[in-house]
Amino acid sequence: MQEYKNNWAKFCGEVLLLAAFFTLVQYLITTGLLNQYYQINLNSMFINIILSVSLNLINGFTGQLSLGHAGFMAVGAYSSVILTQMMGQPFIAGLIGACLVSALAGFIIGVPTLRLKGDYLAIATLAFGEIIRVILQNIDYVNGPAGILGITKMTTWPWLFGATVLTILVIVNLINSSYGRAIISVREDEIASELMGVNTTSYKVLAFVIGAMFAGLAGALYAHYFYIIKPETFNFLKSFDILVMVVLGGLGSTTGAVIAAVFITALTAALQSFPAIRMILYALILIIVMIFRPQGLMGNKELSRQTFGKIWSGRK
Amino acid sequence: MSLLEINNLNKAFGGLSAVLNFNFHMEKGELVGLIGPNGAGKTTVFNLITGVYKPDKGSIRFSDKNIQGLAPYTICARGIARTFQNIRLFNDLSVLDNVKIAAHKDVPYGLLTAIMRTPSFFKGEAIIEQQAMKYLEIFKLADKRDELARNLPYGEQRRLEIARALATKPTLLILDEPAAGMNPYETNELMELIAWIRKDFDLTILLIEHDMSLVMGVCERIYVLDYGSIIAEGVPQEIRNNKKVIEAYLGEEVE
Repeated sequence: MQEYKNNWAKFCGEVLLLAAFFTLVQYLITTGLLNQYYQINLNSMFINIILSVSLNLINGFTGQLSLGHAGFMAVGAYSSVILTQMMGQPFIAGLIGACLVSALAGFIIGVPTLRLKGDYLAIATLAFGEIIRVILQNIDYVNGPAGILGITKMTTWPWLFGATVLTILVIVNLINSSYGRAIISVREDEIASELMGVNTTSYKVLAFVIGAMFAGLAGALYAHYFYIIKPETFNFLKSFDILVMVVLGGLGSTTGAVIAAVFITALTAALQSFPAIRMILYALILIIVMIFRPQGLMGNKELSRQTFGKIWSGRK
Repeated sequence: MSLLEINNLNKAFGGLSAVLNFNFHMEKGELVGLIGPNGAGKTTVFNLITGVYKPDKGSIRFSDKNIQGLAPYTICARGIARTFQNIRLFNDLSVLDNVKIAAHKDVPYGLLTAIMRTPSFFKGEAIIEQQAMKYLEIFKLADKRDELARNLPYGEQRRLEIARALATKPTLLILDEPAAGMNPYETNELMELIAWIRKDFDLTILLIEHDMSLVMGVCERIYVLDYGSIIAEGVPQEIRNNKKVIEAYLGEEVE
Protein backbone atom coordinates (compact mmCIF):
# COMPACT_ATOMS: atom_id res chain seq x y z
CA MET A 1 0.00 0.00 0.00
CA GLN A 2 2.87 2.30 0.89
CA GLU A 3 4.27 1.62 -2.54
CA TYR A 4 1.02 2.66 -4.20
CA LYS A 5 1.07 5.91 -2.29
CA ASN A 6 4.67 6.53 -3.29
CA ASN A 7 3.79 5.81 -6.90
CA TRP A 8 0.95 8.30 -6.72
CA ALA A 9 3.11 10.97 -5.16
CA LYS A 10 5.78 10.40 -7.79
CA PHE A 11 3.21 10.44 -10.59
CA CYS A 12 1.66 13.70 -9.38
CA GLY A 13 5.09 15.29 -9.03
CA GLU A 14 6.01 14.36 -12.58
CA VAL A 15 2.72 15.67 -13.97
CA LEU A 16 3.22 18.97 -12.16
CA LEU A 17 6.77 19.30 -13.44
CA LEU A 18 5.72 18.63 -17.02
CA ALA A 19 2.75 21.00 -16.76
CA ALA A 20 5.02 23.72 -15.39
CA PHE A 21 7.49 23.28 -18.25
CA PHE A 22 4.70 23.26 -20.81
CA THR A 23 3.11 26.43 -19.42
CA LEU A 24 6.43 28.23 -19.23
CA VAL A 25 7.23 27.60 -22.88
CA GLN A 26 3.66 28.38 -23.92
CA TYR A 27 3.92 31.68 -22.02
CA LEU A 28 7.24 32.52 -23.66
CA ILE A 29 5.79 31.83 -27.11
CA THR A 30 2.60 33.85 -26.64
CA THR A 31 4.42 36.83 -25.16
CA GLY A 32 6.91 36.68 -28.02
CA LEU A 33 9.91 36.31 -25.72
CA LEU A 34 10.82 33.18 -27.67
CA ASN A 35 11.34 34.52 -31.18
CA GLN A 36 10.79 32.70 -34.47
CA TYR A 37 14.38 31.46 -34.63
CA TYR A 38 14.24 29.81 -31.23
CA GLN A 39 10.83 28.40 -31.96
CA ILE A 40 12.10 26.64 -35.08
CA ASN A 41 14.95 25.12 -33.11
CA LEU A 42 12.64 24.12 -30.30
CA ASN A 43 10.51 22.39 -32.88
CA SER A 44 13.43 20.51 -34.42
CA MET A 45 14.59 19.59 -30.95
CA PHE A 46 11.35 17.93 -29.94
CA ILE A 47 10.99 16.17 -33.29
CA ASN A 48 14.53 14.89 -32.87
CA ILE A 49 13.71 13.68 -29.36
CA ILE A 50 10.81 11.62 -30.74
CA LEU A 51 13.05 10.23 -33.48
CA SER A 52 15.97 9.30 -31.27
CA VAL A 53 13.86 7.83 -28.46
CA SER A 54 11.96 5.68 -30.96
CA LEU A 55 15.12 4.55 -32.78
CA ASN A 56 16.67 3.77 -29.42
CA LEU A 57 13.89 1.27 -28.81
CA ILE A 58 15.01 -0.64 -31.91
CA ASN A 59 18.77 -0.14 -31.77
CA GLY A 60 19.38 0.26 -28.07
CA PHE A 61 16.87 -1.92 -26.29
CA THR A 62 16.20 -4.64 -28.87
CA GLY A 63 19.79 -4.57 -30.16
CA GLN A 64 18.75 -4.63 -33.83
CA LEU A 65 20.81 -2.18 -35.87
CA SER A 66 18.36 -0.31 -38.08
CA LEU A 67 19.53 2.38 -40.52
CA GLY A 68 16.21 3.15 -42.15
CA HIS A 69 14.51 5.37 -39.60
CA ALA A 70 14.22 8.34 -41.97
CA GLY A 71 12.24 6.10 -44.32
CA PHE A 72 9.51 5.67 -41.71
CA MET A 73 9.62 9.38 -41.01
CA ALA A 74 8.98 9.94 -44.72
CA VAL A 75 6.05 7.53 -44.71
CA GLY A 76 4.52 9.42 -41.77
CA ALA A 77 5.16 12.84 -43.30
CA TYR A 78 3.65 11.96 -46.66
CA SER A 79 0.65 10.06 -45.35
CA SER A 80 -0.27 12.84 -42.94
CA VAL A 81 0.07 15.50 -45.63
CA ILE A 82 -2.07 13.45 -48.02
CA LEU A 83 -4.70 13.19 -45.30
CA THR A 84 -4.75 16.83 -44.22
CA GLN A 85 -3.97 18.68 -47.48
CA MET A 86 -5.41 16.47 -50.18
CA MET A 87 -8.29 14.86 -48.34
CA GLY A 88 -9.09 17.75 -46.06
CA GLN A 89 -9.03 15.80 -42.82
CA PRO A 90 -8.22 17.46 -39.47
CA PHE A 91 -4.69 17.45 -38.09
CA ILE A 92 -5.37 14.80 -35.47
CA ALA A 93 -6.54 12.40 -38.21
CA GLY A 94 -3.33 13.17 -40.07
CA LEU A 95 -1.23 12.32 -37.02
CA ILE A 96 -3.09 9.09 -36.27
CA GLY A 97 -3.03 8.12 -39.94
CA ALA A 98 0.72 8.78 -40.06
CA CYS A 99 1.24 6.51 -37.04
CA LEU A 100 -0.85 3.71 -38.50
CA VAL A 101 0.65 3.80 -41.98
CA SER A 102 4.24 3.92 -40.66
CA ALA A 103 3.51 1.11 -38.23
CA LEU A 104 2.20 -0.92 -41.14
CA ALA A 105 5.32 -0.07 -43.16
CA GLY A 106 7.43 -1.11 -40.16
CA PHE A 107 5.60 -4.41 -40.01
CA ILE A 108 5.95 -5.10 -43.75
CA ILE A 109 9.66 -4.27 -43.69
CA GLY A 110 10.34 -5.80 -40.27
CA VAL A 111 8.99 -9.28 -40.88
CA PRO A 112 11.41 -10.22 -43.67
CA THR A 113 14.44 -8.18 -42.54
CA LEU A 114 14.46 -9.05 -38.84
CA ARG A 115 15.49 -12.60 -39.71
CA LEU A 116 18.85 -11.06 -40.54
CA LYS A 117 21.44 -10.20 -37.93
CA GLY A 118 24.00 -7.46 -37.36
CA ASP A 119 25.56 -6.00 -40.50
CA TYR A 120 23.10 -7.75 -42.81
CA LEU A 121 20.15 -6.24 -41.00
CA ALA A 122 21.78 -2.80 -41.11
CA ILE A 123 22.28 -3.05 -44.87
CA ALA A 124 18.75 -4.35 -45.46
CA THR A 125 17.12 -1.56 -43.43
CA LEU A 126 19.33 1.02 -45.11
CA ALA A 127 18.17 -0.31 -48.47
CA PHE A 128 14.52 -0.26 -47.44
CA GLY A 129 14.84 3.32 -46.26
CA GLU A 130 16.25 4.28 -49.65
CA ILE A 131 13.55 2.29 -51.46
CA ILE A 132 10.87 4.31 -49.68
CA ARG A 133 12.56 7.52 -50.78
CA VAL A 134 12.92 6.38 -54.39
CA ILE A 135 9.30 5.24 -54.51
CA LEU A 136 8.17 8.67 -53.28
CA GLN A 137 10.33 10.31 -55.94
CA ASN A 138 8.43 8.41 -58.60
CA ILE A 139 4.86 9.00 -57.49
CA ASP A 140 3.31 11.88 -59.43
CA TYR A 141 0.45 12.21 -56.99
CA VAL A 142 2.91 13.68 -54.46
CA ASN A 143 4.87 15.65 -57.11
CA GLY A 144 7.83 13.25 -57.29
CA PRO A 145 11.24 14.74 -56.48
CA ALA A 146 9.85 18.28 -56.23
CA GLY A 147 7.86 17.32 -53.15
CA ILE A 148 4.80 18.97 -51.67
CA LEU A 149 4.87 22.71 -51.12
CA GLY A 150 2.76 25.05 -49.07
CA ILE A 151 1.62 22.69 -46.34
CA THR A 152 -0.53 24.48 -43.79
CA LYS A 153 1.36 24.99 -40.56
CA MET A 154 -0.51 23.04 -37.92
CA THR A 155 2.22 21.79 -35.61
CA THR A 156 1.97 24.01 -32.57
CA TRP A 157 3.67 23.78 -29.20
CA PRO A 158 0.85 21.83 -27.47
CA TRP A 159 0.80 19.20 -30.26
CA LEU A 160 4.56 18.91 -30.22
CA PHE A 161 4.80 18.66 -26.47
CA GLY A 162 1.94 16.17 -26.25
CA ALA A 163 3.42 13.94 -28.96
CA THR A 164 6.85 13.94 -27.34
CA VAL A 165 5.48 13.12 -23.90
CA LEU A 166 3.32 10.38 -25.40
CA THR A 167 6.30 8.84 -27.22
CA ILE A 168 8.50 8.80 -24.14
CA LEU A 169 5.69 7.58 -21.91
CA VAL A 170 4.76 4.67 -24.18
CA ILE A 171 8.36 3.56 -24.70
CA VAL A 172 9.39 3.92 -21.05
CA ASN A 173 6.30 2.07 -19.84
CA LEU A 174 6.83 -0.64 -22.41
CA ILE A 175 10.48 -1.10 -21.47
CA ASN A 176 9.72 -1.23 -17.74
CA SER A 177 7.25 -4.05 -18.11
CA SER A 178 7.55 -7.79 -18.62
CA TYR A 179 7.30 -7.14 -22.38
CA GLY A 180 10.21 -4.73 -22.13
CA ARG A 181 12.30 -7.26 -20.27
CA ALA A 182 11.56 -9.77 -23.04
CA ILE A 183 12.67 -7.16 -25.61
CA ILE A 184 15.90 -6.48 -23.73
CA SER A 185 16.60 -10.20 -23.33
CA VAL A 186 16.72 -10.43 -27.13
CA ARG A 187 19.58 -7.95 -27.11
CA GLU A 188 21.36 -9.71 -24.26
CA ASP A 189 21.31 -13.25 -25.63
CA GLU A 190 18.90 -14.23 -28.36
CA ILE A 191 19.35 -17.99 -27.97
CA ALA A 192 18.96 -17.99 -24.20
CA SER A 193 15.95 -15.72 -24.53
CA GLU A 194 14.27 -18.05 -27.02
CA LEU A 195 14.96 -21.06 -24.78
CA MET A 196 13.42 -19.26 -21.80
CA GLY A 197 10.16 -19.08 -23.71
CA VAL A 198 10.43 -15.67 -25.40
CA ASN A 199 9.27 -15.60 -29.01
CA THR A 200 12.19 -13.44 -30.09
CA THR A 201 11.02 -12.83 -33.65
CA SER A 202 7.67 -11.41 -32.58
CA TYR A 203 9.30 -9.11 -30.01
CA LYS A 204 11.79 -7.83 -32.55
CA VAL A 205 8.90 -7.07 -34.91
CA LEU A 206 6.93 -5.44 -32.06
CA ALA A 207 9.81 -3.10 -31.21
CA PHE A 208 10.36 -2.33 -34.88
CA VAL A 209 6.67 -1.52 -35.45
CA ILE A 210 6.45 0.75 -32.39
CA GLY A 211 9.71 2.48 -33.37
CA ALA A 212 8.45 3.00 -36.92
CA MET A 213 5.12 4.29 -35.66
CA PHE A 214 6.70 7.09 -33.64
CA ALA A 215 9.10 7.92 -36.46
CA GLY A 216 5.97 8.42 -38.57
CA LEU A 217 4.52 10.69 -35.90
CA ALA A 218 7.71 12.76 -35.95
CA GLY A 219 7.49 12.91 -39.74
CA ALA A 220 3.91 14.21 -39.58
CA LEU A 221 4.88 16.91 -37.07
CA TYR A 222 7.84 17.85 -39.23
CA ALA A 223 5.75 18.13 -42.39
CA HIS A 224 3.20 20.42 -40.75
CA TYR A 225 5.79 22.80 -39.43
CA PHE A 226 8.24 23.34 -42.26
CA TYR A 227 5.74 23.99 -45.13
CA ILE A 228 7.54 21.66 -47.53
CA ILE A 229 8.46 18.01 -47.75
CA LYS A 230 10.44 16.32 -50.47
CA PRO A 231 11.87 12.82 -50.68
CA GLU A 232 15.44 14.16 -50.51
CA THR A 233 14.88 15.35 -46.91
CA PHE A 234 14.49 11.76 -45.77
CA ASN A 235 17.64 10.28 -47.28
CA PHE A 236 20.03 8.04 -45.42
CA LEU A 237 21.93 11.02 -44.02
CA LYS A 238 18.82 11.80 -41.98
CA SER A 239 18.79 8.21 -40.69
CA PHE A 240 22.45 8.62 -39.87
CA ASP A 241 21.71 11.85 -37.95
CA ILE A 242 19.22 10.01 -35.75
CA LEU A 243 21.62 7.12 -35.26
CA VAL A 244 24.32 9.55 -34.12
CA MET A 245 21.98 10.85 -31.41
CA VAL A 246 21.19 7.34 -30.21
CA VAL A 247 24.81 6.23 -30.12
CA LEU A 248 25.94 9.46 -28.51
CA GLY A 249 23.30 9.21 -25.81
CA GLY A 250 24.07 5.58 -25.11
CA LEU A 251 22.37 2.56 -26.65
CA GLY A 252 19.58 1.50 -24.34
CA SER A 253 19.12 4.74 -22.41
CA THR A 254 15.99 6.80 -23.05
CA THR A 255 17.27 9.76 -21.05
CA GLY A 256 20.52 9.46 -23.01
CA ALA A 257 18.59 9.63 -26.28
CA VAL A 258 16.75 12.77 -25.09
CA ILE A 259 19.92 14.49 -23.91
CA ALA A 260 21.77 13.68 -27.12
CA ALA A 261 18.85 14.88 -29.27
CA VAL A 262 18.82 18.20 -27.39
CA PHE A 263 22.60 18.53 -27.63
CA ILE A 264 22.85 17.68 -31.34
CA THR A 265 19.99 20.00 -32.26
CA ALA A 266 21.57 22.84 -30.31
CA LEU A 267 24.93 22.15 -31.94
CA THR A 268 23.39 22.09 -35.41
CA ALA A 269 21.65 25.39 -34.72
CA ALA A 270 24.83 26.98 -33.44
CA LEU A 271 26.74 25.90 -36.54
CA GLN A 272 24.01 26.78 -39.03
CA SER A 273 26.16 29.25 -40.93
CA PHE A 274 28.97 26.71 -41.34
CA PRO A 275 27.31 23.58 -42.73
CA ALA A 276 30.63 22.07 -43.78
CA ILE A 277 32.17 22.42 -40.34
CA ARG A 278 29.06 20.87 -38.85
CA MET A 279 29.70 17.51 -40.52
CA ILE A 280 33.37 17.57 -39.47
CA LEU A 281 32.39 18.38 -35.90
CA TYR A 282 29.83 15.59 -35.93
CA ALA A 283 32.49 13.12 -36.93
CA LEU A 284 34.94 14.52 -34.39
CA ILE A 285 32.45 14.32 -31.54
CA LEU A 286 31.60 10.76 -32.47
CA ILE A 287 35.26 9.77 -32.59
CA ILE A 288 35.96 11.39 -29.24
CA VAL A 289 32.94 9.76 -27.62
CA MET A 290 33.85 6.37 -29.07
CA ILE A 291 37.41 6.64 -27.73
CA PHE A 292 36.63 7.94 -24.26
CA ARG A 293 33.13 6.67 -23.66
CA PRO A 294 32.27 3.90 -26.12
CA GLN A 295 29.02 3.10 -24.31
CA GLY A 296 27.70 6.62 -25.02
CA LEU A 297 27.05 9.49 -22.63
CA MET A 298 24.66 7.54 -20.43
CA GLY A 299 25.68 3.96 -21.19
CA ASN A 300 22.56 1.92 -20.62
CA LYS A 301 21.74 3.78 -17.42
CA GLU A 302 18.81 6.09 -16.97
CA LEU A 303 18.88 9.48 -15.35
CA SER A 304 16.35 9.48 -12.55
CA ARG A 305 15.84 10.92 -9.12
CA GLN A 306 17.51 7.78 -7.77
CA THR A 307 20.66 8.63 -9.70
CA PHE A 308 20.64 12.09 -8.18
CA GLY A 309 20.02 10.49 -4.81
CA LYS A 310 23.06 8.27 -5.27
CA ILE A 311 25.29 11.17 -6.27
CA TRP A 312 23.98 13.09 -3.27
CA SER A 313 24.58 10.29 -0.77
CA GLY A 314 27.98 9.64 -2.38
CA ARG A 315 28.98 13.22 -1.63
CA LYS A 316 27.98 13.05 1.99
CA MET B 1 4.13 -44.03 -21.43
CA SER B 2 7.48 -42.32 -21.23
CA LEU B 3 7.78 -38.61 -20.51
CA LEU B 4 10.49 -38.23 -23.12
CA GLU B 5 10.97 -40.71 -25.91
CA ILE B 6 13.48 -40.29 -28.69
CA ASN B 7 13.53 -42.67 -31.63
CA ASN B 8 16.17 -43.03 -34.28
CA LEU B 9 17.32 -39.42 -34.07
CA ASN B 10 19.87 -38.24 -36.63
CA LYS B 11 21.72 -34.98 -37.10
CA ALA B 12 24.63 -34.33 -39.41
CA PHE B 13 26.73 -31.17 -39.84
CA GLY B 14 28.02 -31.37 -43.40
CA GLY B 15 29.57 -34.82 -43.67
CA LEU B 16 29.90 -35.32 -39.92
CA SER B 17 27.20 -37.33 -38.18
CA ALA B 18 26.97 -35.68 -34.79
CA VAL B 19 24.03 -37.80 -33.68
CA LEU B 20 23.41 -41.17 -35.30
CA ASN B 21 20.39 -43.44 -34.71
CA PHE B 22 19.99 -42.13 -31.20
CA ASN B 23 17.37 -43.91 -29.06
CA PHE B 24 16.45 -42.79 -25.60
CA HIS B 25 13.60 -42.75 -23.13
CA MET B 26 12.89 -41.24 -19.74
CA GLU B 27 10.06 -41.90 -17.31
CA LYS B 28 8.39 -39.20 -15.27
CA GLY B 29 10.34 -38.39 -12.11
CA GLU B 30 13.58 -40.02 -13.21
CA LEU B 31 17.02 -38.49 -12.89
CA VAL B 32 19.05 -39.62 -15.87
CA GLY B 33 22.64 -38.87 -16.78
CA LEU B 34 24.06 -38.62 -20.28
CA ILE B 35 27.82 -39.08 -20.38
CA GLY B 36 30.42 -39.63 -23.03
CA PRO B 37 33.87 -38.51 -24.13
CA ASN B 38 34.42 -35.00 -25.51
CA GLY B 39 32.79 -34.50 -28.90
CA ALA B 40 30.48 -37.49 -28.49
CA GLY B 41 27.44 -35.33 -29.35
CA LYS B 42 25.90 -34.82 -25.92
CA THR B 43 25.25 -31.11 -26.26
CA THR B 44 23.96 -31.66 -29.81
CA VAL B 45 21.36 -34.05 -28.36
CA PHE B 46 20.33 -31.32 -25.89
CA ASN B 47 20.14 -28.77 -28.68
CA LEU B 48 17.94 -31.13 -30.69
CA ILE B 49 15.59 -31.75 -27.77
CA THR B 50 15.23 -28.03 -26.97
CA GLY B 51 14.78 -26.98 -30.59
CA VAL B 52 18.01 -25.07 -31.16
CA TYR B 53 18.77 -27.49 -34.00
CA LYS B 54 16.26 -29.23 -36.23
CA PRO B 55 16.80 -33.00 -36.51
CA ASP B 56 17.46 -34.52 -39.96
CA LYS B 57 15.53 -37.65 -39.12
CA GLY B 58 13.79 -39.34 -36.21
CA SER B 59 11.20 -38.36 -33.65
CA ILE B 60 11.23 -36.70 -30.24
CA ARG B 61 8.08 -37.24 -28.19
CA PHE B 62 7.45 -35.31 -24.99
CA SER B 63 4.33 -36.01 -22.90
CA ASP B 64 3.07 -38.06 -25.83
CA LYS B 65 3.33 -35.25 -28.37
CA ASN B 66 5.87 -34.82 -31.15
CA ILE B 67 8.10 -31.85 -30.50
CA GLN B 68 10.85 -32.30 -33.09
CA GLY B 69 11.29 -29.27 -35.32
CA LEU B 70 9.29 -26.91 -33.09
CA ALA B 71 10.66 -23.47 -32.18
CA PRO B 72 12.60 -23.33 -28.87
CA TYR B 73 10.05 -21.04 -27.20
CA THR B 74 7.23 -23.47 -28.02
CA ILE B 75 9.21 -26.35 -26.58
CA CYS B 76 9.84 -24.25 -23.48
CA ALA B 77 6.11 -23.61 -23.20
CA ARG B 78 5.50 -27.37 -23.37
CA GLY B 79 7.61 -27.76 -20.24
CA ILE B 80 11.27 -28.31 -21.08
CA ALA B 81 13.86 -25.92 -19.63
CA ARG B 82 17.63 -26.07 -19.82
CA THR B 83 20.90 -24.56 -18.73
CA PHE B 84 23.98 -24.15 -20.88
CA GLN B 85 27.47 -25.61 -20.91
CA ASN B 86 28.99 -22.15 -21.28
CA ILE B 87 26.80 -19.99 -19.11
CA ARG B 88 24.35 -17.85 -21.06
CA LEU B 89 22.89 -15.35 -18.64
CA PHE B 90 21.51 -11.93 -19.57
CA ASN B 91 24.73 -10.33 -18.43
CA ASP B 92 23.81 -6.65 -18.28
CA LEU B 93 20.57 -7.27 -16.41
CA SER B 94 20.08 -7.70 -12.70
CA VAL B 95 19.88 -11.12 -11.09
CA LEU B 96 16.19 -10.53 -10.42
CA ASP B 97 15.45 -9.50 -14.01
CA ASN B 98 17.15 -12.64 -15.30
CA VAL B 99 14.63 -14.77 -13.42
CA LYS B 100 11.72 -12.45 -14.24
CA ILE B 101 12.33 -12.89 -17.98
CA ALA B 102 11.90 -16.63 -17.59
CA ALA B 103 8.47 -15.94 -16.09
CA HIS B 104 7.46 -13.82 -19.07
CA LYS B 105 5.76 -16.66 -20.93
CA ASP B 106 3.01 -16.64 -18.30
CA VAL B 107 2.82 -12.83 -18.08
CA PRO B 108 -0.43 -12.01 -16.26
CA TYR B 109 -1.18 -8.71 -18.07
CA GLY B 110 -1.45 -7.55 -21.67
CA LEU B 111 0.70 -5.17 -23.68
CA LEU B 112 -1.81 -2.31 -23.52
CA THR B 113 -2.16 -2.74 -19.76
CA ALA B 114 1.61 -2.39 -19.49
CA ILE B 115 1.62 0.85 -21.50
CA MET B 116 -1.42 2.30 -19.72
CA ARG B 117 -0.11 1.32 -16.26
CA THR B 118 -3.49 0.24 -14.93
CA PRO B 119 -3.70 -1.28 -11.42
CA SER B 120 -3.67 -4.79 -12.90
CA PHE B 121 -0.19 -4.04 -14.24
CA PHE B 122 1.12 -3.31 -10.75
CA LYS B 123 -0.61 -6.40 -9.38
CA GLY B 124 0.86 -8.54 -12.15
CA GLU B 125 4.35 -7.13 -11.58
CA ALA B 126 4.03 -7.86 -7.86
CA ILE B 127 3.15 -11.48 -8.62
CA ILE B 128 6.08 -11.83 -11.04
CA GLU B 129 8.48 -10.33 -8.53
CA GLN B 130 7.23 -12.48 -5.68
CA GLN B 131 7.66 -15.65 -7.75
CA ALA B 132 11.10 -14.65 -8.97
CA MET B 133 12.20 -13.94 -5.41
CA LYS B 134 11.03 -17.40 -4.39
CA TYR B 135 13.48 -18.98 -6.84
CA LEU B 136 16.28 -16.64 -5.79
CA GLU B 137 15.74 -17.60 -2.17
CA ILE B 138 15.95 -21.31 -2.96
CA PHE B 139 19.27 -20.71 -4.68
CA LYS B 140 20.55 -18.36 -1.97
CA LEU B 141 20.72 -15.42 -4.36
CA ALA B 142 18.02 -13.27 -2.77
CA ASP B 143 20.43 -10.73 -1.29
CA LYS B 144 22.10 -10.30 -4.70
CA ARG B 145 18.88 -9.48 -6.52
CA ASP B 146 20.02 -6.08 -7.78
CA GLU B 147 23.50 -7.07 -8.85
CA LEU B 148 24.30 -7.44 -12.52
CA ALA B 149 24.48 -11.08 -13.56
CA ARG B 150 27.95 -10.54 -15.03
CA ASN B 151 29.32 -9.53 -11.63
CA LEU B 152 28.38 -12.74 -9.85
CA PRO B 153 31.09 -15.26 -9.06
CA TYR B 154 31.16 -18.32 -11.28
CA GLY B 155 29.38 -20.73 -8.94
CA GLU B 156 26.56 -18.26 -8.37
CA GLN B 157 26.16 -17.70 -12.09
CA ARG B 158 25.65 -21.45 -12.48
CA ARG B 159 23.06 -21.42 -9.71
CA LEU B 160 21.30 -18.42 -11.23
CA GLU B 161 21.05 -20.28 -14.53
CA ILE B 162 19.27 -23.15 -12.82
CA ALA B 163 17.00 -20.73 -10.97
CA ARG B 164 16.14 -19.06 -14.27
CA ALA B 165 15.39 -22.40 -15.92
CA LEU B 166 13.12 -23.37 -13.01
CA ALA B 167 11.23 -20.11 -13.29
CA THR B 168 9.82 -21.29 -16.63
CA LYS B 169 8.02 -23.97 -14.56
CA PRO B 170 9.27 -27.00 -16.46
CA THR B 171 8.38 -30.65 -16.04
CA LEU B 172 11.69 -31.71 -17.56
CA LEU B 173 14.86 -29.88 -16.56
CA ILE B 174 17.94 -30.37 -18.70
CA LEU B 175 21.28 -29.47 -17.14
CA ASP B 176 24.33 -29.18 -19.38
CA GLU B 177 27.39 -29.73 -17.19
CA PRO B 178 26.03 -28.00 -14.10
CA ALA B 179 29.18 -28.69 -12.08
CA ALA B 180 31.71 -27.60 -14.69
CA GLY B 181 34.41 -25.51 -13.05
CA MET B 182 33.15 -26.07 -9.51
CA ASN B 183 35.32 -27.29 -6.67
CA PRO B 184 34.42 -30.56 -4.86
CA TYR B 185 32.70 -28.69 -2.05
CA GLU B 186 30.52 -26.71 -4.47
CA THR B 187 29.79 -29.86 -6.47
CA ASN B 188 28.58 -31.59 -3.33
CA GLU B 189 26.33 -28.70 -2.48
CA LEU B 190 24.97 -28.72 -6.03
CA MET B 191 24.22 -32.45 -5.81
CA GLU B 192 22.14 -31.90 -2.72
CA LEU B 193 20.39 -28.95 -4.35
CA ILE B 194 19.54 -30.98 -7.46
CA ALA B 195 18.14 -33.81 -5.36
CA TRP B 196 16.11 -31.31 -3.34
CA ILE B 197 14.58 -29.31 -6.23
CA ARG B 198 13.73 -32.56 -7.96
CA LYS B 199 11.65 -33.66 -5.01
CA ASP B 200 10.21 -30.26 -4.21
CA PHE B 201 9.23 -29.31 -7.78
CA ASP B 202 8.32 -32.85 -8.83
CA LEU B 203 10.84 -32.63 -11.68
CA THR B 204 12.30 -35.03 -14.15
CA ILE B 205 15.97 -34.21 -14.68
CA LEU B 206 18.37 -35.03 -17.49
CA LEU B 207 21.97 -34.00 -17.05
CA ILE B 208 25.26 -34.07 -18.89
CA GLU B 209 28.24 -34.17 -16.60
CA HIS B 210 31.92 -34.96 -16.70
CA ASP B 211 32.26 -35.13 -12.95
CA MET B 212 31.82 -38.86 -12.38
CA SER B 213 31.31 -38.53 -8.65
CA LEU B 214 28.27 -36.36 -9.33
CA VAL B 215 26.92 -38.58 -12.10
CA MET B 216 27.37 -41.80 -10.16
CA GLY B 217 26.11 -40.13 -7.01
CA VAL B 218 22.77 -38.71 -8.16
CA CYS B 219 21.73 -40.42 -11.39
CA GLU B 220 19.44 -43.41 -11.33
CA ARG B 221 20.13 -44.39 -14.90
CA ILE B 222 22.96 -43.47 -17.20
CA TYR B 223 23.27 -43.39 -20.97
CA VAL B 224 26.73 -43.42 -22.51
CA LEU B 225 27.14 -41.68 -25.84
CA ASP B 226 30.06 -42.13 -28.22
CA TYR B 227 30.32 -40.90 -31.81
CA GLY B 228 26.67 -39.88 -31.73
CA SER B 229 25.22 -43.25 -30.72
CA ILE B 230 24.31 -44.85 -27.42
CA ILE B 231 26.88 -47.51 -26.53
CA ALA B 232 25.61 -48.43 -23.09
CA GLU B 233 22.66 -47.84 -20.79
CA GLY B 234 22.03 -48.89 -17.22
CA VAL B 235 22.31 -48.15 -13.53
CA PRO B 236 25.59 -46.54 -12.39
CA GLN B 237 27.04 -49.85 -11.17
CA GLU B 238 26.58 -51.49 -14.58
CA ILE B 239 28.07 -48.51 -16.42
CA ARG B 240 31.11 -48.48 -14.17
CA ASN B 241 31.98 -52.03 -15.21
CA ASN B 242 30.91 -51.87 -18.84
CA LYS B 243 33.78 -52.81 -21.15
CA LYS B 244 32.61 -50.63 -24.04
CA VAL B 245 32.39 -47.56 -21.82
CA ILE B 246 35.88 -48.05 -20.47
CA GLU B 247 37.15 -48.44 -24.04
CA ALA B 248 35.38 -45.27 -25.16
CA TYR B 249 36.98 -43.28 -22.38
CA LEU B 250 40.39 -44.90 -22.08
CA GLY B 251 40.92 -46.71 -25.37
CA GLU B 252 41.25 -50.42 -26.11
CA GLU B 253 43.48 -52.71 -24.17
CA VAL B 254 46.63 -53.77 -26.03
CA GLU B 255 46.70 -57.50 -26.72
